[in-house]
Amino acid sequence: MMRRLFLISVPYLWLLALFLIPFVIVLKIALSDTALSIPPYTPQIDISAGWEGLKGFFAALDMENFVWLTEDDLYWKAYVSSLKIATISTLLALLVGYPIAYGMAQAPQEWRATLMMLIILPFWTSFLIRVYAWMGILSQEGLLNQLLMGLGLISDPLIILNTNTAVYIGIVYTYLPFMILPIYSALEKLDASLLEAAEDLGCSRFKAFWLVTIPLSKGGIIAGSFLVFIPAIGEFVIPSLLGGSSTLMIGKVLWEEFFSNRDWPVAAAVAVVLLLILIIPIILFQRNEQKQREAE
Amino acid sequence: MTLDVFAPWEDPTEKPLIQFKGVTKRYGSFTAIDNLTQDIYAREFFALLGPSGCGKTTMMRMLAGFETPTEGQILIAGQDMAAVPPNERAVNMMFQSYALFPHLSIWDNIAFGLRRMKMPKAQIEERVEDMLRLTRMTQFSRRKPHQVSGGQRQRVALARSLARAPKLLLLDEPLGALDKKLREETQFELMDIQEKTGTTFVIVTHDQEEAMTVASRVAVMDHGKIIQVSTPPKIYEEPNSVYVADFIGDVNIIEGAAHKTSDDGYDIKWAEGQEPIHAKTTAVLNEGQKAFVALRPEKISIAEEKPEGAVNAVKGKIIDIGYLGNISTYHVELPGGVMVKAQATNTRRLSRRNFSWEDEVWLSWTLTAASVLER
Amino acid sequence: MKRFTWFNATSLTLGFAFLYLPMIILVIYSFNASKLVTVWAGFSTKWYGELMRNDQMLDAAWVTIKVAVASSTLATILGTMAAYVMVRGGRFMGRTLFSGMIFAPLVMPEVITGLSLFLLFKPIFTQMGAHTIILAHATFAMCYVSVVVSSRLVSFDKSLEEAALDLGCTPFESFRLVTLPIIAPAVISGWLLAFTLSLDDLVIANFTTGPDATTLPMKIWSAVRLGVNPQINALSTLMIGVVTIGVIIASISTKRAALRQKADEQAAAG
Repeated sequence: MMRRLFLISVPYLWLLALFLIPFVIVLKIALSDTALSIPPYTPQIDISAGWEGLKGFFAALDMENFVWLTEDDLYWKAYVSSLKIATISTLLALLVGYPIAYGMAQAPQEWRATLMMLIILPFWTSFLIRVYAWMGILSQEGLLNQLLMGLGLISDPLIILNTNTAVYIGIVYTYLPFMILPIYSALEKLDASLLEAAEDLGCSRFKAFWLVTIPLSKGGIIAGSFLVFIPAIGEFVIPSLLGGSSTLMIGKVLWEEFFSNRDWPVAAAVAVVLLLILIIPIILFQRNEQKQREAE
Repeated sequence: MTLDVFAPWEDPTEKPLIQFKGVTKRYGSFTAIDNLTQDIYAREFFALLGPSGCGKTTMMRMLAGFETPTEGQILIAGQDMAAVPPNERAVNMMFQSYALFPHLSIWDNIAFGLRRMKMPKAQIEERVEDMLRLTRMTQFSRRKPHQVSGGQRQRVALARSLARAPKLLLLDEPLGALDKKLREETQFELMDIQEKTGTTFVIVTHDQEEAMTVASRVAVMDHGKIIQVSTPPKIYEEPNSVYVADFIGDVNIIEGAAHKTSDDGYDIKWAEGQEPIHAKTTAVLNEGQKAFVALRPEKISIAEEKPEGAVNAVKGKIIDIGYLGNISTYHVELPGGVMVKAQATNTRRLSRRNFSWEDEVWLSWTLTAASVLER
Repeated sequence: MKRFTWFNATSLTLGFAFLYLPMIILVIYSFNASKLVTVWAGFSTKWYGELMRNDQMLDAAWVTIKVAVASSTLATILGTMAAYVMVRGGRFMGRTLFSGMIFAPLVMPEVITGLSLFLLFKPIFTQMGAHTIILAHATFAMCYVSVVVSSRLVSFDKSLEEAALDLGCTPFESFRLVTLPIIAPAVISGWLLAFTLSLDDLVIANFTTGPDATTLPMKIWSAVRLGVNPQINALSTLMIGVVTIGVIIASISTKRAALRQKADEQAAAG
């Protein structure tokens, strides 16, 4: 019994101390006032004052930082823009990822392990480097513009880097494996005789795809979409490197509040709101996973 | 009965090796074992037989120490096992999946339990070699479990669980993963090894043929209770209930009302206007009580003419014939719609077989052929 | 036998071109003689030479590797324990909270994790640095490790552990002699995953570091913010090369092991 207690308590306490408590601190600081931008923030709990101290502590907490977030339209614009960028990127990733996953699932058996490895390989290489790789391609004198102008398709270079388009490309590129893998695993399980049955019952090939393949890969599509959408919302590196000054994303705003403005309470308030926005997709994602597990 | 027959359960001076005393095991609201009391003796080959979910596996896992009784006591060699963890019990188990360690060679699998006993190295080697010889696995000792066949894996699992020379060996569906032919061979091998080592075996199985073949006694279980414990012939010939009769082998059950006759038997009235069935039994029934006649198909003779002087004889019509090669099963409809199965050995070639569909035939059986059951 | 249709072949070709061309271009241009990354001026390895002489970069690489080894080892121990608790722990107080805390870091934006850990560490440690990055990385990587290990544990035949107990092992011996050797591949891939996550992380490290500890991603970050930099191309090429070789070796060896296993099983059945 001692052994079991030890086994449970070590990771449990670790996560409590380094995951849960920090969040409580974030919440507390989000409700505090800035006192010269350095700790201690007011209010502080005065333990010696006992119950009265605790009451005083809660009374001094306020929503000032949150009020500030609503007053300055930078913040809510950043939230809306993050949602928009994440949504568009997710749809693009689905559009790009589905044919790849489909092609993999249809590939000859002896090819699949290799294709799978090729999908996973970029995941092991540095995220930062993969985003950086696009900077040389998308810049005004970059390879893409050189190619297009060389082919005579355009006469003036396109401006892609430092726009939202570059951010979409970056998000789709880096999170594509997360879209492909769940869809692939759903499609791979699909029994080929189902399609034959649909065709036997009078469907055209396209109709069979639409009526059988798509519905049966729905679980994978949903899982993949959340796996792209959730991290995209809080993304910081991609909008900073590929986006421009007009690209508003909440991860970037938080970073700047923290590192440039050194306003920790506002940064904490931004984090709390970001978390609230993420709760709904996270719960939906988990519910989808649960459903998938139960279906098996 | 001669003295050298192995039947310690009939000897009141014999001390049982295992005692279940009023054992109950509940999982939440589900009762897996229901107030069960049973003795098992040393050197027995004891079979727990029943459908899945009847509690036989729970009983075995309690003996191994993986489950603890909710109520009651389990004693092994007189010692209460409640506080003894599995690794300190002189009990070993052969798992249904064999549970061979995939990362260890066959040799190391067998030596695994011996190493835990802090046995000297030379002694371990000797013991492992003995076990390999016993199970005819010597030439495969350096292989990994996945490099040998299913039947060989089964033998390794047996060798591993016997290596520690346990007082009691538990076998959980030991032959379930083998095909029919191999299973039959292995049954005799198991009996042979049990006899050689003198270990007490408790086997869990849902296969009645397997239980009948290997066991010295069979316990038929249902819903956490033991319905009947007896030797295989007694279980087959003298079932104590319709459940046991039906579970073991093929049987015809005819329901009727019992009436005492002058000799120590009963007449069972089973259909209006039909001669009652005459049967001898040790059971004591009330006049007119509902009773069941359990009649094995092979104990029924089938003939064109009414046999002279038969105690029980009824006329019926052949509805169906199941041809199995060595025997044929005839499905005969009796007056009133009762269906009875009768078996006959095919001593003659098929072309000369004398019964066909729709034939009228006479079924007959002796006074002692059937059992009369109350439930 | 299935064959590639032209549609599938096309979508796969385009898809993999999209995934791999940017990295291939990056590698090619690391051998460009020109400082202007977009103009090809002949083959040269001079950026590799410059990289090797860049002490700041080498220091950062050294710090990163130390942090990654320490944090992934810690994460593997904690994550394996957590996986064991999740799969075999049965019921205990606060199980839902526990599984929530295992799952949440996987979907948590790095900026939030980083900020919250900074706010925790700030009053506790007089100075932040490599030690605080290690704690931070171990915390979020242990969740990934526990996912990898528990997916292996779920398919682990529980009767193997029971057999070990039955043959006289104490529960700890049964874990050490039976469970651990069998789940070892999952534990190792968990470690590698944690190691890569730590090597790769910019955001959390930036929040939880101090003046004395600069990791490689932080160094790369400050260089590339100013634009494309051929030294970073050279560094990227080295990193991509190491990962590619590692992944290829790993996949070949697992494939070989699978083939061997298959051959053995066929031989055993025959």
